[in-house]
Amino acid sequence: MTHYIFLLVGAVLVNNVVLVKILGLCPFMGVSRKLETAFGMGAATTFVLTVATGASYIIDRYLLLPFGLEYLRTLSFIVTIAAIVQLTEMVIQKTSPLLHQVLGIYLPLITTNCAVLGVPLLNIANRHDFVESLLFGAGSAIGFSFVLVLFAGIRERVEGADVPPHFRGAAIAMVTAGLMSLAFMGFAGLDRYQ
Amino acid sequence: MISALAIMALGAVVLGAALGYASIRFRVEGDPLVEKIEAILPQTQCGQCGYPGCKPYAAAISAGEADINLCPPGGMDGVRKLADLLGREVKPLEAEEKPKQIAIIDEQTCIGCTLCIQACPVDAIVGAAKQMHTIIEPLCTGCELCVKPCPVECISMQPIAENIDNWKWKYPVFEIKRAA
Amino acid sequence: MLAKLFRFKGGVKPQTNKAISVHEPIGRAPLPARLFVPLHQSIGGAPNPLVQAGDSVLKGQLIGAADAWVSAAVHAPTSGRVLAVEEHVAAHPSGLPTLCVVIEPDGRDEWIERRPVDHHSLPPERVRELLRDAGVVGLGGAAFPSHAKLTPARAVAMEHLVINGAECEPFMTCDDMLMRERADEIVRGIAIFRELLSAREVLIGIEDNKQEAIAAMQEAVLRLAPDYRVVAVPTRYPAGGAKQLIRVLTGKEVPASRRSTELGVQCFNVATVYTAYRALACGEPVLSRIVTLTGNVERPRNWEVWLGTPMREVVALARPRADSSSFLMGGPMMGFEIPDLDAPVVKATNCIIAASPALFPPPPPEMPCIRCGACAEACPHELQPFELYWFARARNFGKTQEYYIFDCIECGCCSYVCPSHIPLVQYFRFAKSEIWAREREKQAADAAKERFELRNARAEREQAEKAERLARAASAKASEKRAPPDPGNKPAPESAPAVDQPPAAAGEVAMTAGDAEAIRKAAIAAAIERARSQRESAQPRNTDRLSAGQQREIAAVEARRAARSTAATAAASGTAAATDSGGAAVPPAGSRRDD
Repeated sequence: MTHYIFLLVGAVLVNNVVLVKILGLCPFMGVSRKLETAFGMGAATTFVLTVATGASYIIDRYLLLPFGLEYLRTLSFIVTIAAIVQLTEMVIQKTSPLLHQVLGIYLPLITTNCAVLGVPLLNIANRHDFVESLLFGAGSAIGFSFVLVLFAGIRERVEGADVPPHFRGAAIAMVTAGLMSLAFMGFAGLDRYQ
Repeated sequence: MISALAIMALGAVVLGAALGYASIRFRVEGDPLVEKIEAILPQTQCGQCGYPGCKPYAAAISAGEADINLCPPGGMDGVRKLADLLGREVKPLEAEEKPKQIAIIDEQTCIGCTLCIQACPVDAIVGAAKQMHTIIEPLCTGCELCVKPCPVECISMQPIAENIDNWKWKYPVFEIKRAA
Repeated sequence: MLAKLFRFKGGVKPQTNKAISVHEPIGRAPLPARLFVPLHQSIGGAPNPLVQAGDSVLKGQLIGAADAWVSAAVHAPTSGRVLAVEEHVAAHPSGLPTLCVVIEPDGRDEWIERRPVDHHSLPPERVRELLRDAGVVGLGGAAFPSHAKLTPARAVAMEHLVINGAECEPFMTCDDMLMRERADEIVRGIAIFRELLSAREVLIGIEDNKQEAIAAMQEAVLRLAPDYRVVAVPTRYPAGGAKQLIRVLTGKEVPASRRSTELGVQCFNVATVYTAYRALACGEPVLSRIVTLTGNVERPRNWEVWLGTPMREVVALARPRADSSSFLMGGPMMGFEIPDLDAPVVKATNCIIAASPALFPPPPPEMPCIRCGACAEACPHELQPFELYWFARARNFGKTQEYYIFDCIECGCCSYVCPSHIPLVQYFRFAKSEIWAREREKQAADAAKERFELRNARAEREQAEKAERLARAASAKASEKRAPPDPGNKPAPESAPAVDQPPAAAGEVAMTAGDAEAIRKAAIAAAIERARSQRESAQPRNTDRLSAGQQREIAAVEARRAARSTAATAAASGTAAATDSGGAAVPPAGSRRDD
């Protein structure tokens, strides 16, 4: 049990997918201008990433490995993720227009989120079993959302700050992200008590 | 090799079938995005974007056919809001931005031809055949659509003057001279 | 009578500077050579002018009638002749003009017939109407029409009537002097308001630095209405804010964007109560108000000034010193610099302060916000000014609303305490007016959209009707062909959709189908020719052959148009319907052509 908790907390904080693994930077920079959109993107990514890790584990374990087709991993994972995203979008649009309005345009963006591809690949590299894969996927997704929301909160403040003109926009966001990344390095200290 | 092809083909068929089924099963009529876009557009119905009104333009933006910087009455503010909504980059406006204007009919020259009444998209002109026309100022959106049809060129666009009701407090200005 | 007092959070204690202007009693300012009485002196609808150039008016005569329920009438302050109804610079921070009635006093100061009423004998609605028509508005500075505040809430019984004599703004002493000199009238006025609201208890709150006023009011209360309570409240700015005074006296806190009526409390300024009493018991509408002239002047004093007196003449009474650089209307905390001293005194002008660099040194340069939180501690509304500032500065107006910018009363406490000298209130005013402007634009856009959709629907309907008519005509023709032609029974030419247009009109350029194209072109050419010749003959306004009555009518309409009355909007809704029936709308009378 503690093993699973450590895996989850480790995925959220210590091995944060954005700030430590530096995956999924484009939505991190692109969708963090407003707090509300960051919440929407975080929720959508959490859902898709968790489902995608589960699905890709099954595909890898029962389809690719038995036939010795490991070299098709990236390809088949991308196709699977794209299909899941599309399906999710359609289902949400039909069943909950309100949620669709919130997530709306962010859902298709997830297809190109490299974190969503990277986490299943990391799962396989770390030889996680099914439950571990799901936990690692969910942990990474929560870590992504957490950091995204924090970052959006900071960026909303930065809007009002006296930033030198050439640093406005993406430049100051990069600096901020770098500082946040440094801060998250501090969580590496949690490792010692593992 | 064969098995690889077979598996990829199987995957493609399964996923394609699932998506195809879903697109029929979960079809949604209308596009909620169009309404959101239209709420940002200034509703001048001027057609300066190249579309016959604000709603068609909104639909075109939503479908990805039109750029977001084609609406001069909305100004840079409107472009920024659209960029925000759609997650697109802010682009400079295609045409130059003008201050808000309204049309004024020179009542001496008007011949009462009703052409401008037919051109006005928002029913802001009163008048009848052979009677002088006039513009209801609060209703005029400044779309300029009435200017061209007038055969005697008696309609001119004039910027809206500042008055007590629309006066705004200015952004506090920091006087550098005093600080130095 | 020991009363438990409560505290409001925040507030500041600026130097009061009140003593200088209370040595002399209230003086009566002389009549100026010209009075510029603005028609729009209260919050709410702008009154329409009832007089025109050349009319003679009597003192107290109605010159602007209330336009809506929330609006108040305006009267001639003295007898004389109306010189013009025109735009004149307003007592407003913008220095922009507003529609004024310019009156040249004849010096006789002749009253219109005054009709004192006994408010007991009248139904409350009638009393409220009388107050509106007497132009009674809140004289504390906000100028909100008082009658609109005198309707008790249906659900909540009126518990407390709070009378505001706190006058917390530094320098200002007009309410103080009024209470000292005219306490009896105030107390009698309170009785009227109490009856209208059927309030259980009356609390008169006066800051404890006005001992004479407290004594005068207590004496009057003892004599006239012993159950009112005169309460000395601690001197702390802004104790005179309505919500703050209610908090101090009753302990009730008015929640954000709710009215005090919903809690069973209503608050009026002492000067308002006084004018209401004069309006009912003497039949005298609001013609003057007491203005404190103070600051960098040789003779600071309170004057009863006729509304419409140019501030230049008022200021001269106090003899401002030579180094006076500018003049403030209102107090130093909430007032604004008067952009032009030609602006007239209005109902909201409670104080004019001559400012000099020595008295109000220019503020040190604005420094960055260090988020010390001093402003949040000083804010009497428990807002977070540093957050509001941050978002107002970034023009993030949605966020400012999330932080309740519209609960800010612009009291200036935050700017006063800010160690970085940030003009916080200016930022808030900027944000508020931007939000209002956006709101207006949004509403205009929505209305435009609605009209556009209506128009499209109408066009579609007309199209369908036309098609139907054409089809009918075609079928008639077909049947005609089949039957032998009957020369006396031709099908009516159904091509012109406009129904009531005179036939054979040369200038007629309405939609006509098919072969009428050539005729139409000729007609346009003829019309252009006529228009050109007309322009050359240069009749400036086409109004020289009108009767006096018509001219008067035109002048009235022009004035109304200039005032941008809301009537235009109302007319608009009629337009759609009018143009609907084929363009038979009648143009407004003001633009009637006489050829």
